[in-house]
Amino acid sequence: MQFEWMKIPYALLTLFIVVNFGMLLGAFIQKIGARVGRRHGIPVWQNHIDLIKNYGLRSSITHGTMFYLGPVFRLSGGVGLLLFVPTIHGSEMFSNLSFAGDLILALYFVFFGALGMALGAGESGHPHAAIGVTRGLSQMSMAELPFALATFSIALQYQTLSITDIVAAQQGGMLNWTLFTNPLAVAAAMLSFLGSMMRPPFDVVLAPQEIPIGPPTEYHSSYLALMQTNRALFPIAKIVIYMNLFFGGAASWPVFFFKVFLIYLWSAFVGVVFPRFRVEQSIRWFLVWAVPLGVLSILLV
Amino acid sequence: MSMKPELMKRMVKGPDGVEFEVEPLRDYFCEAPPTVMPAAYSRIVEDLFNWARAESLWILGFGTGCGAIEMRPLMTPRFDAYRFGVQWRPTPRQANLFIISGYLSTKTLKRAIRSYEQMQNPKYVIGLGSCTINGGMYWDSYNTIKRLDDYLPVDLYIAGCMPRPEALLAGFQELKTIIRAGKAEGANKYAENFEWYKANQKRVIHDWDMPDYNW
Ligand code: SF4
Repeated sequence: MQFEWMKIPYALLTLFIVVNFGMLLGAFIQKIGARVGRRHGIPVWQNHIDLIKNYGLRSSITHGTMFYLGPVFRLSGGVGLLLFVPTIHGSEMFSNLSFAGDLILALYFVFFGALGMALGAGESGHPHAAIGVTRGLSQMSMAELPFALATFSIALQYQTLSITDIVAAQQGGMLNWTLFTNPLAVAAAMLSFLGSMMRPPFDVVLAPQEIPIGPPTEYHSSYLALMQTNRALFPIAKIVIYMNLFFGGAASWPVFFFKVFLIYLWSAFVGVVFPRFRVEQSIRWFLVWAVPLGVLSILLV
Repeated sequence: MSMKPELMKRMVKGPDGVEFEVEPLRDYFCEAPPTVMPAAYSRIVEDLFNWARAESLWILGFGTGCGAIEMRPLMTPRFDAYRFGVQWRPTPRQANLFIISGYLSTKTLKRAIRSYEQMQNPKYVIGLGSCTINGGMYWDSYNTIKRLDDYLPVDLYIAGCMPRPEALLAGFQELKTIIRAGKAEGANKYAENFEWYKANQKRVIHDWDMPDYNW
């Protein structure tokens, strides 16, 4: 296949749209959470202001090379995840750099950022960061397991590892969506989704009230700003995969915004209703509820 | 000056049997004094940053005296300070506003200094309550400091004993105008008058067992 250089600016445009959308959406979801607590909550542009402020701080200190690289790894994990997945189905402009085996690559990128973060936070030498990393990695590995199972089940179902092909197979009416053709896999994946969104009940890793704020304890200024960018980007990139795999993808930006919002709302909805799990509780929860669903979905395909 | 034994210079035997000398204050901390950090080159950029800094105040959650109890209601639906871009951070690294909420015993002052020095430039200090201004009702206590301004560069005082949460909200708005005008340069003031601040701090803290500047 001929590589089209024009794809690079298009991919950057996608990135720009998604980062801004992610920041607005993040604030919006927080506002919904605040409304449930009868507060007004932060303004929707607060994330943008925080970002400018953190880039604008004058001093920053370092704890070593890996401390620099941690946020960079994290961000490249998010960017990679987004860029190797077709964002808008059927659009030459926004299909990005997707290729035949991108499903496996996406699964890998989901983990890549967390590992970089673990190394960076470890180098900061702060005990709270180390505790946060341990908690984060164990919970995340467990939460990813049902998703991986669901992905295999879907790959078997459609006999392909290309996300573009999977989306194409789901076109032509809602009943063609994986949601209806393979409900068990979707159920397992949506439970795993809760675990990876860092919202309650699974936010023990990053919640400010727990061991102070977990892995990013020592991060500040521009490091923190990089991580904030990723915090805006990563959930959306993740949702794009879910949307493509289970909910028929999106053929235009309005459909994209709408579906992403609804999927995000699912985690917010669960988050405001249920209290926070400890790590061992959440691991047990995933093992009992989500993993059997995933196994079952593979068996049934 | 009494030093804790674990901070003394001593010989340590490593896991591989090699003995080496450790001087904790030198080896584990960076003792370089703070420097004055210039503003951005262009006026417009600095104004933009100042605006962003004013609209995004991240408070270090550190309660020293009785005034701390008045900060908690700000998170609740009745006062909801989040509306004004005020948020709480659990670590000094990410915070840029330090609220000294009331009387400060000399023991707590030590921790307050360490926390303040770990915050990143530019950083702001609010003194909450009369105790931070002139000692308040602890004016003749042997154990608390009287004027916070002698030890940390204060940008704003909120008077009262104790000030209501509304007074705090008004204080935040006042601080925002100061920041936007570019006058809240406490961190640079601290760096410029570093010796003076250190001398004052060491006069009241008798068991000084930390490096002179905590990065
Ligand atoms: S000013 Fe009053 S309320 Fe505040 S710390 Fe002092 S004595 Fe307590």
